[in-house]
Amino acid sequence: MSDSQVVSNDVVVHGAEAGVQHEHLPYQRHHFETYAQQNDATNFAMWLFLLTEIMFFGGLFTAYLIYRNWYYPAFVQASHQLQIFWGTANTAVLITSSFTMAMGVWCAEMKKKSALVLCLTLTFVLGLVFLGIKFIEYKEKYDKNHIPGFHYSMQSFLNPQSDPEVYNEYHDKPLSFDMARHTELYFFLYFAMTGMHALHMIIGIAILGYMIFRAQAGAYTTGHVTFVENFGLYWHFVDIIWIYLFPLLYLISRH
Amino acid sequence: MSTNTIVSLPDQSTARIPKMNFISKEKGLLSWLLTGDHKRIAILYLVSITFFFFIGGALAGLIRLELLTPQSDLMATDTYNKVFTMHGIIMIFFFLVPSVPATIGNFFIPMMIGAKDLALPKINLLSWYLYIVAGILAIYTMAAGGVDTGWTFTTPLSTHYLNTHVLTTGIAIFIAGFSSIFTGLNFIVTIHKMRCPGMTWFRLPLFVWSNYAASILMVLGTPVLAIAIVLVALERVFGIGVFDPTKGGDPLLFQHLFWFYSHPAVYIMILPGMGVISETISTFSRKRVFGYTAVAFSSVAIAVFGFFVWAHHMFIMGISNYSMLVFSLLTMLVAVPSAIKIFNWAFTLYKGSITFETPMLYSFGFMGLFTIGGLTGVFLGSSGTDIHLTETYFIVAHFHFVMVGGMLMAFLAGIHFWWPKMTGRMYPEKISQFAAVVTFIGFNFTFFPQFILGTLGMPRRYASYPPEFQVLNVFSTAGATILGVGYLLPLLYLTWSLKYGEIAGENPWQATGLEWQTQSPPLTENYPAIPVMDHEAYDYEWLEGQKEKVASVG
Repeated sequence: MSDSQVVSNDVVVHGAEAGVQHEHLPYQRHHFETYAQQNDATNFAMWLFLLTEIMFFGGLFTAYLIYRNWYYPAFVQASHQLQIFWGTANTAVLITSSFTMAMGVWCAEMKKKSALVLCLTLTFVLGLVFLGIKFIEYKEKYDKNHIPGFHYSMQSFLNPQSDPEVYNEYHDKPLSFDMARHTELYFFLYFAMTGMHALHMIIGIAILGYMIFRAQAGAYTTGHVTFVENFGLYWHFVDIIWIYLFPLLYLISRH
Repeated sequence: MSTNTIVSLPDQSTARIPKMNFISKEKGLLSWLLTGDHKRIAILYLVSITFFFFIGGALAGLIRLELLTPQSDLMATDTYNKVFTMHGIIMIFFFLVPSVPATIGNFFIPMMIGAKDLALPKINLLSWYLYIVAGILAIYTMAAGGVDTGWTFTTPLSTHYLNTHVLTTGIAIFIAGFSSIFTGLNFIVTIHKMRCPGMTWFRLPLFVWSNYAASILMVLGTPVLAIAIVLVALERVFGIGVFDPTKGGDPLLFQHLFWFYSHPAVYIMILPGMGVISETISTFSRKRVFGYTAVAFSSVAIAVFGFFVWAHHMFIMGISNYSMLVFSLLTMLVAVPSAIKIFNWAFTLYKGSITFETPMLYSFGFMGLFTIGGLTGVFLGSSGTDIHLTETYFIVAHFHFVMVGGMLMAFLAGIHFWWPKMTGRMYPEKISQFAAVVTFIGFNFTFFPQFILGTLGMPRRYASYPPEFQVLNVFSTAGATILGVGYLLPLLYLTWSLKYGEIAGENPWQATGLEWQTQSPPLTENYPAIPVMDHEAYDYEWLEGQKEKVASVG
């Protein structure tokens, strides 16, 4: 992903003194032969980077699937603590943000500057909304003492009736102490997975902030859209991770 | 030693280093620290990994000194634990993993495929900075008191029982991991998208193929190490229980995640080395590599199989008998592509016009020592014998035969082979041949006795041992001293040659690679114009034809 400097003149000429002149567009880095090659290479690099991200999250998904298999009752009951409403809302927010991002890429390709700024800003805001909702959910875990390794309480699982909100909906039976303590693992994985995801969102939002600033200066509506395009890939990737997290953490234990 | 040589240097009285080259182009420290030139970044890497190699080597020296006597008398036992841990971490993450790819690979992959640079020069520089940040953190850790988990960070030892600097070391390795991911990513993109006209996949030098295979491993494996380290850190700081049996977690999960990277990591280390050997064996026997396609695909096969053997590190850690059976079998399979390489190199030598320049001597060292290292790996890969041999000096010897006897020999072969191209000057031939022989002798003295010690049952990672093992340990320590001399010599004469070496000219080895068809040291853009590849790799007849053309025109 290279964010080339826009030069005032249209064409850069290299090697004039050596007699082997070659010309290229201002945003073409000069170790590339053609602009198409540069575009190809940077896109390919982004896909590879996303592949490494899949491997990175893969470790957490593996841990989740193994422990879920081992401590099934604990994982089912612990997941009842998550609120489907907020999870669904967040899924909707993220999918909408992916839509605005895709529109942003299209606007950049069509060289519509103000529409691009609008799309990026919407994506930025939706990203913040996602984090806000995530914060509400985390806060609830904190209030219920469900933060693993940090004043963790198993009360909701040893004695489900002590937690009437969840009990009225699911009528969970009390877990044995030995099973109940494994709910801590569920919450750890919940925090690790959504936390890693949120970290990727924060990084994405920070880059978006920078991009809005640059888009206003007209940097992405020159015909060179690689940066916007590749950032779009990243944003959709983060979205897709959530598309897997949502059913795994919220939905599959809902009977 | 044969008196024949293929070295053809220009007339020393008239020869000059070309005025325009990538070193002379810009001056000043900043022009190096902010460079995007893959060749300069390779030099930065070369200097830094050499620095870490000698730190790791000094720690190895301390280990051998301690083991000179059966009692733990040179240092306290927990100091010894720290010393071998830091030796492992520095040598693996800060020397072996980046050694060939980040230096020789960085310098020559773009040149070999006829490109001006790697596809992502800024990412390349970023990768060096990440390496440096990680390295400084590792050195800080050492100064602050070190870490004693062993380089494998075994849980729950690393998460619950040790009060040393596990976190900072973990962060250092995490960052170094990203440096290696970026190198791998850059190589894959470059090899896919930047090849010059006519450079088809099956005209690529085998060095490029093996780096490509190693890059796949870097890109797919390293993130898993990153997440394993994050989990260890979280477990240590918050006690979240993912590896803690008392909370229902499983330490074995850490082993799975760690070795999912760290087994392929040994192929990350050895594959680029194998690439170097393909180049030197061909050049110094004046023959196309026998079975080019088989050697190329064996690299990819090693990369693919390498991902499915990791559990052989866990035979004594409580995995099921069925996993043991399957992973034993899969481990045997990796021996096949490795053997393909060794046999094909041997057939390349057959009826070749072999000369014995330094890179070739190191390559012979590689072939012999890697074969021993690889075959003893089969002992360890079969679950039955592994249960007896693992955690003894047998495994130490096996690993060092592959990594030091294999990889380090290949690295030195490569550095000598391409030194004239990188610097424009030859290294002194006689003394470097001597150093190669010293290294080989020293190496065997150091590590061969350790195979015997291992089969006799001496466990690894202890500062003291029963007195009956002393003789072999004295052998090993004496060998390490010789080996140390063998490694210091190149440092000295290569530095000397920067100023006083003979002018190398374009192609001192009469090698066929594209990188040899341009000036030494190369231009910043590598070639005055983008080259066109109109012949197969290792085509010595084409090279003869080129020389005749020059002769008839000139």
